[in-house]
Amino acid sequence: MKALRKLLDKLKPQFQKGGKLEKLHSTFDAFETFLYVPNKVTKTGTHIRDYMDMKRTMAIVVFAMLPALIFGMWNVGFQHFLATGEESDILINFLYGFKQVFPIIVVSYVSGLAVEFIFAQIRGHDVNEGFLVTGMLIPLIVPVDVPLWMVAVATVFAVIIGKEVFGGTGMNILNPALTARVFLFFAYPSEMTGTKVWVEGLKYGKDIINGFSGETILSQAAAGNTGFVNGTGEAYTVQDMFFGFIPGSIGETSTLAILVGAAILIYTGLGSWKIIFSVFFGGYFMGLVLNLFAVNPFMEIPALQQLFIGGFAFGAVFMATDPVTAAQTEKGKFIYGFLTGLLAILIRVLNPAYPEGVMMAILLMNVFAPLIDHYVIEANIKKRLSRAEDKYLEK
Amino acid sequence: MSEVIKIRRGLDIKLAGKAEKIFMRAEPSEYYAVKPVDFHNLIPKLTVKADNIVKAGTPLFYDKYCPEILFTSPVSGKVIAINRGERRRILEVVIKADPEIQYESFSIGEPSKMSTGEVKENLLKSGLWPMIRQRPYDIIANPEEKPKAIHISAFNTAPLAPDYDFTVKGCEVEFQKGIDALFKLTYGKIHLNINYEYPASQVFTKAQNVQINKFSGPHPAGNVGVQIHNIDPLNKGDLVWYISPQDVIIIGRLFDKGIYDASKVIALTGSEVLKPRYYKLIGGASIRNVLDNNVSEGINRYISGNVLTGTKIHADGYLGYYDSQITVIPEGDHYDFLGWALPGFEKYSASRAFWSWFLPNKMYRMDTNLNGGLRAFVLTGQYEKVFPMDIYPVQLIKAVIIEDIDQMEKLGIYEVAPEDFALCEFVCTSKKDVQAIIRKGLDLMIKEML
Repeated sequence: MKALRKLLDKLKPQFQKGGKLEKLHSTFDAFETFLYVPNKVTKTGTHIRDYMDMKRTMAIVVFAMLPALIFGMWNVGFQHFLATGEESDILINFLYGFKQVFPIIVVSYVSGLAVEFIFAQIRGHDVNEGFLVTGMLIPLIVPVDVPLWMVAVATVFAVIIGKEVFGGTGMNILNPALTARVFLFFAYPSEMTGTKVWVEGLKYGKDIINGFSGETILSQAAAGNTGFVNGTGEAYTVQDMFFGFIPGSIGETSTLAILVGAAILIYTGLGSWKIIFSVFFGGYFMGLVLNLFAVNPFMEIPALQQLFIGGFAFGAVFMATDPVTAAQTEKGKFIYGFLTGLLAILIRVLNPAYPEGVMMAILLMNVFAPLIDHYVIEANIKKRLSRAEDKYLEK
Repeated sequence: MSEVIKIRRGLDIKLAGKAEKIFMRAEPSEYYAVKPVDFHNLIPKLTVKADNIVKAGTPLFYDKYCPEILFTSPVSGKVIAINRGERRRILEVVIKADPEIQYESFSIGEPSKMSTGEVKENLLKSGLWPMIRQRPYDIIANPEEKPKAIHISAFNTAPLAPDYDFTVKGCEVEFQKGIDALFKLTYGKIHLNINYEYPASQVFTKAQNVQINKFSGPHPAGNVGVQIHNIDPLNKGDLVWYISPQDVIIIGRLFDKGIYDASKVIALTGSEVLKPRYYKLIGGASIRNVLDNNVSEGINRYISGNVLTGTKIHADGYLGYYDSQITVIPEGDHYDFLGWALPGFEKYSASRAFWSWFLPNKMYRMDTNLNGGLRAFVLTGQYEKVFPMDIYPVQLIKAVIIEDIDQMEKLGIYEVAPEDFALCEFVCTSKKDVQAIIRKGLDLMIKEML
């Protein structure tokens, strides 16, 4: 440990003002602060500071995503071997999935961080930690067979257009991971939608059992089916949907794994329980309304099941809760969450063009979040002004 | 009002080093200082030079914009130094004390029988006026004005703060005299805000001419700003004054004996103090004698005041005018290998992000490390958890940053002071200098309004 610190201290002057590598200061600083919490002390204001910093925050959020990631990797293998009809076990499934998913994670982080480093260096700022979370989110919301170059292009697009042009971490309006996903959705629709992309290897057709259909439950519902079946025709149970033994984007299938992540986020105080609960409540509410006015099988899906299928749970816990793009007032979070859940289910069921409505709903509410906050603040201002008026009149 | 006002939001930081309720005697200090930098927005004009002889109560400097506000010496002796900082700003006027103090004479009398003008004059001439501060703006009160109320917080909830019930023990008569004097200065009530979680001192509960308000809850329940907000919030144009209990006692002594007797009881606290105790000394004293042989080895930070709002001083620096506490903690200029990734059993956090939450009764030794780099606002809801006022803290801070006077007014800038945001600054994950921003906001309002 000491040797490492000595090495960094020796190299540091070269990266500081006047040094040879002054231009790469942000890069050096990023690596140094990754290894060591810096030795800066408080100068003004409070003399002690909470140990919580941005790096710890991002680390915990990534940690909360691990259950969904690990399950997702296993599920990739599971769905694949279901399609080929081969024997497999937990370990084989997981290792197979790991082999498929890990490159996507690497590509996501490398391309995103490259953009972050370049922008930080040009601006002369520290490299911000925001991408540590986005980099893990992007792989979890894409189909497993997505070409790696597409992941790279989408990530670069999302970081530049979704975040950096606004000023970087903390300044963006739209959720960067969703920006990447929606870019893929509109730019490369054949790779992102349809019935063949959700099970690994299905679109290449090699070794697949005859007649295997790799549709997600949502696409079956959109087609108007009344019962949902897996690739070989067996019916899915509600437990399958809850535990996640269904095809879908890599991290979105297991509601249980996502809820474990939600528990971690809420307990450590990093994910707003207000948003999570409101999104689920809004979705459930819309599900009930649709059940009431049901004119087709999609609307008849029990409200609770709506919450387990598709990307709803994942969006509710990991996307809608992004503090920068969500509503920032405590009261506003309830309204924002409720409308997000409401719109997600509404778009999903009533709009034939979008089999999944969560990503659109969240992005739309990201745009409206400042407006919601504005009205919450205005209410507070009005209260203050009328209090002053009452006092004035009393006199 | 006899209901207890429960403050629900806030945070009691679990710091090690609380002072035991034992009086210690230290060698009386030889050196004392009055520091113009203790008084925000003050432009001091000196009335003494080096080598001048002064008595306790002799003016040392006055306020350039309000010359009747005098700042006087707490002891008698010789002015030995006037220390200046950048751009010749006066940092401190240092006096070497006589072994026996000689006092200037001021008016003696029963404040209840004196007129407002006489009370004011006595306070101004003796240099006690600066003890009275005002909200809004959190600056020294203006003698030309009359506030609608005066607030006294009888308890201090800041980390390791002294127990006021202990420090005012036995001073019923002086405290009451001080109250009587203050009563002449307002056309409304004097609010005495006590901590209802423990039985308060009789000095407070038996006081006359006051309205007693009961509070309970974590820090910042003891902050006068929070108390004012919960009793009678300030609107634009309102004026309230506030003062600390020991200063009320010093005012009482003025009218009782006609002298400026700046003795007070302070707490020596902090994880680096070997025996944290209470000491009796005279305001402005050098802390060297008190720290003698009582501090751990190593590089420490000496703070006049508490860790949230106090000022950094040297090991032989001087106690601040408004402070009744000294805190000594270790400096934190060291690197922490992968600090943000490890469990962190010894790291205290308001969040449950570190495994220290497994140990709920532990007291922590915290150093002055910033614990992260400065970032933009990212997390939301953090400040609100420790800010018990019906004001939106982040939005107010943003209004200050963009210098939007109108918005600052609408969001409640008149009600706040930097100390109310100290906990927000402590918990801030983005390491923003919140108190400095609010101070800047208040200064902008002063410029606009006055």
